[in-house]
Amino acid sequence: MPQKTDNKSVNFVRTEAAPLLPPPASEAGITGWLYQNIFNSMSDFSSPVATIKSVLMGLLTIFLLYVGLGQFWALLDFSLFSAVWSAPEGVKREACLTVDKGGELPSGWHGACWPFVAAKMKFLMYGAYDNDQLWRPNVTALIGLIGLAWVMIEPLPYRRYVGAFLLTIYPLIALILLTGGNFDTDYNSVTVITILGLLLITIGRQAAAGRMGQTAGEFAGMFGTFGWIFIAYAAVNATLGVDFNLRQIGTNDWGGLLITLVVAVTGIVASLPLGIVLALGRRSHMPVARILSTVFIEFWRGVPLITVLFMASVMLPLFLPEGVNFDNLLRALIGVMLFSAAYMAEVIRGGLQAMDKGQFEGADALGLSYWQKMRLIILPQALTHVIPGIVNTFIGLFKDTTLVSIVSIFDMLGAVQSTYADPSWGTPVQDETGYLFIVIIYFVFCFGMSRYSMFMEYKLSTSRKN
Amino acid sequence: MRPNKSFLLTLIYDARYRSITFQVLLLLSIIFGIWWVVDNTVTNLAAQNKGVGFGFLTQTSGFQISPTLGTWLFGYEVGKSSYLEVYYIGIVNTFIVAFFGIFAATILGFTLGIMRLSQNFIFRAFSTVYIEIGRNVPLLVQLFFWYFAVLRTLPSRREKVELIPDVMGINITGLYIPRAMPEEGFSLTLYAFLIACGITWFTSRWAKKRQQRTGQIFPMFWAGVGILLGLPLVVFLVTGSPLTWEYPVFAETGPLLKRGYQAGAGVLVIPEMLAVWFALSIYTAAFIAEIVRAGIVAVPKGQTEASSALGIKKNYALRLVIIPQAMRIIIPPLTSQYLNLTKNSSLAVAIAYPELVSVFAGTALNQVGREIEMIFMTMAVYLTFSIVTAIFMNWFNARVKLVER
Repeated sequence: MPQKTDNKSVNFVRTEAAPLLPPPASEAGITGWLYQNIFNSMSDFSSPVATIKSVLMGLLTIFLLYVGLGQFWALLDFSLFSAVWSAPEGVKREACLTVDKGGELPSGWHGACWPFVAAKMKFLMYGAYDNDQLWRPNVTALIGLIGLAWVMIEPLPYRRYVGAFLLTIYPLIALILLTGGNFDTDYNSVTVITILGLLLITIGRQAAAGRMGQTAGEFAGMFGTFGWIFIAYAAVNATLGVDFNLRQIGTNDWGGLLITLVVAVTGIVASLPLGIVLALGRRSHMPVARILSTVFIEFWRGVPLITVLFMASVMLPLFLPEGVNFDNLLRALIGVMLFSAAYMAEVIRGGLQAMDKGQFEGADALGLSYWQKMRLIILPQALTHVIPGIVNTFIGLFKDTTLVSIVSIFDMLGAVQSTYADPSWGTPVQDETGYLFIVIIYFVFCFGMSRYSMFMEYKLSTSRKN
Repeated sequence: MRPNKSFLLTLIYDARYRSITFQVLLLLSIIFGIWWVVDNTVTNLAAQNKGVGFGFLTQTSGFQISPTLGTWLFGYEVGKSSYLEVYYIGIVNTFIVAFFGIFAATILGFTLGIMRLSQNFIFRAFSTVYIEIGRNVPLLVQLFFWYFAVLRTLPSRREKVELIPDVMGINITGLYIPRAMPEEGFSLTLYAFLIACGITWFTSRWAKKRQQRTGQIFPMFWAGVGILLGLPLVVFLVTGSPLTWEYPVFAETGPLLKRGYQAGAGVLVIPEMLAVWFALSIYTAAFIAEIVRAGIVAVPKGQTEASSALGIKKNYALRLVIIPQAMRIIIPPLTSQYLNLTKNSSLAVAIAYPELVSVFAGTALNQVGREIEMIFMTMAVYLTFSIVTAIFMNWFNARVKLVER
C-alpha cells in the first residue's frame, strides 16, 4: 500500500517500484523462442492472402521437419542402432547378412557393417604399406601434427621457427621416413657442388670486403646467395643418399589416408610460394612477367583437374629427356601443385588488389627496394587479408585429392573402392558402410578447416573493428 | 656517381634498364624451357615411331558408347563413325549434363540460400545441414555414392520401379521417360510461342513507358504468363493437338531374355547420366546457396529501411531495391560456379558416363595413342568455354558497375 506523504496537494505518490511483470510469453523462454523462430512466420491471418501464406508455411515446415528428422533418424539408425559392431573371430561377411542371405540378422535388416571397416582399417589408412613399418607414417604424422598445433596455438613461443622447420626440414624428414631414404645420390657431384658453394661464399666474403675490385664488390651479395643455395642443395642431396637402415617402400605400396594427406599437404605447401610469385608476376609492371603469369594462371584455371592429371600421367614422360622416369605419385603431385598454384595466385592477387595504394607509396617513399617492399610491407598485410580465401583453397585442394584415384593411385577413395572387390566381405551394405566411413573422415577434415578459417576471419577482423 | 661503373652493372642497378634486363632474361629462360620440352618430345616421339598430326580424326572408331544425346544426334555406329564424331559426341554429352546440372543447381541453390536466411528455425537448420554436408564431402565421393550405392542397387533389368505408372519407370538400366512425337502442324505451335515472346516483349516496353508517364502499374507478370502460355495453347488446340507421346514399353511376359523395358520405345536416360546430374547439382547447389546468402546479407539494412520510409510496399522493395543490388554481388561468383560445374562434369570419367574426357581423352586415347593432340583438343574445349564466359563476365561487370564519383 502506498504511504501517505506530507504534501497535501498530491494525493498519491508511489514510493516503491511496482513489481516487475514477467515478459510476454511470445518474447521469452522456450515459448518465446518457438514463437520467434518458428510460429512467427505462420501466424498472420489478417487477410486471405496472408492466411494462405501462413498455412503454406506451416505445411512446409511440417514437411521439412518430417523429411529432415526422418533422414537424420535413418542415418543414426543405420550407423549406430542397427549397425553390427563386432564380429566373432574368423566370421566375415556372415556377420552382416540377413537370414534370407545365409546370415543371422533378421530379414529386412539394414545397418552399417563396421567389422568390415575395422578389418580394412589398415588398408584404408596406409594402403599396402608394410605392416611392421607403420610406425614410420605414424611418426611423420605425429611430428606434422605437433608442429601444426604449435604454429596455430597463439601463446606458444618460437612459433616462427617451428613454422620454418615445418616448411624446410620437415618435408625432408617425411620423405626419408616414408620412402626409406637411401636414394642413389652421386656423392662426387655433391662434393663438387659443396666445394663450388664454399668457393662462391668465399668469393662473396672477399668481394664484400672490397678485395676483388669494384665490379665484384657490387655482385658480392649474389655470390653469397648462390653459394648458400649450392650448399643447401648439396646438403639435401647428401641427406637423401644416407642409408638410415630403413626398408625401402615404393610409392606403389602407399595408399589410403596416407596418400590423401601426402597429396594434399604437398599441394598446399608448394602452391603457396608458387602462388605468391605468380600473383606478384600478374601485378607486375613488367609486361613480359605479367603476360606470362596471366597465361599460366588462366590456362590452369580454365581446364579441369582431371585433364591435368591425365596430362601429367601420359604427357609428362614425353616432355622429359629419355631415361628420366618419375613414379606415378610424383607425376600426379606435379599436376596438383601447378593446378593449385594457379588458384592460390588468384586468391593472393585479390589480397594484393585490396591493399591501400598508400602502403605501396609509403614503402617507396621510405626507399625500400621492390623485394623489401613486398616482404616487409605488402605481403604480410595482403596474406593476412586473404587467410580465409587461402584456407578455402586448401579445402578445395583436399577434396580434389580424391581425383588421383582416377589415375589409379589408391588414395582413401580408391582404397575404399578396391576393398569392395573382396568377396569375403561382400554384403549388400558394404558400399554404404565404406562410403559412410570416408564421408565422415572427409567431412571432419573439411568442416574443421572451414571452422578454423571462420575463426581466423573473426579474430583478424577484431583489429579493424574500431 | 661512380664514373667507372661497368656496363654490366648499369643493366642491373640502373632503374631505367633493370626491368628490361630482367624481362629479357625471363623471356630467354622461358624460350629455352619450351625449346627443351619440344626437343625432348620430338626425340621421344621419334623413339616410339610416332608423329604429330590430326589424321587419326578421320579413322573409324572401334568401341561402343552408351546411348546418350550425343550418340543419337550423330547416329553413332561402331566401325563407321570417325574419331572426330567421337569428339563431338563427348562435347555434346558434356554440355548436356552441364546444362541440366546448372538448371537444377540454380533452383536448388537459390531455394536453400533463401531458406538459410529464413526466420523459421526449421528452414534454417535444414538448409544449414544440407549446405555443410554438400560442400564438405568431395564431389567424387558423392558421385560414387549416387552411382554405386543408390542407382546400382535398383531392381534388375527384368523388374522396374514405377515413378508414374505406365509413363515413367526406373531400373538398373536407367530411367525410362516418354518421348514427344511432334506430328504435322506442330511447328505452328512453336511459331506461336515465338510470336508470344515478341508480344510479351513489346507489352513490357509499353507497360514500362506507361508507368513512367502516368504512374499506373500494369500487371506485367501475369499478363506475360498469360500470353506466353495462352497463345501457343490456343494454336495447339486449334490445330488439333498435333503431339503424341511415345511411352516406354515394359514386357512382363514373353521369353525371359526379352522381358523388361523394350529398346526403342520412349527415351532412356542412362544411370551414369543421372548420377552425374544428381552429384553435380547437389554439390554445386551448396556453393550457390552460400553465394546467394552472402549476396543478400551484403545489401545494407539501410536500403530496406529507406525503401519502407519512402512508402514502398514490402514485396516491391524486395523486387526493386534489394534483389537488384544483391544480384550485382551474386552474379560474378555464380558464373564461376557454373564454370566449375562444367569443368567438374569431367569427373564423370570415373563412372564412364560418355562425356568428353571419358570417351575422347580416355577410351579413344587408349585406342589411338595420340596423347599430345588428344589431351590438347580436350583441354581446348574447356579453355574456350572458360574464356568465352570470362569475356562475357567482363562485359557484364562493366555494365552493372556502380558509377562512382
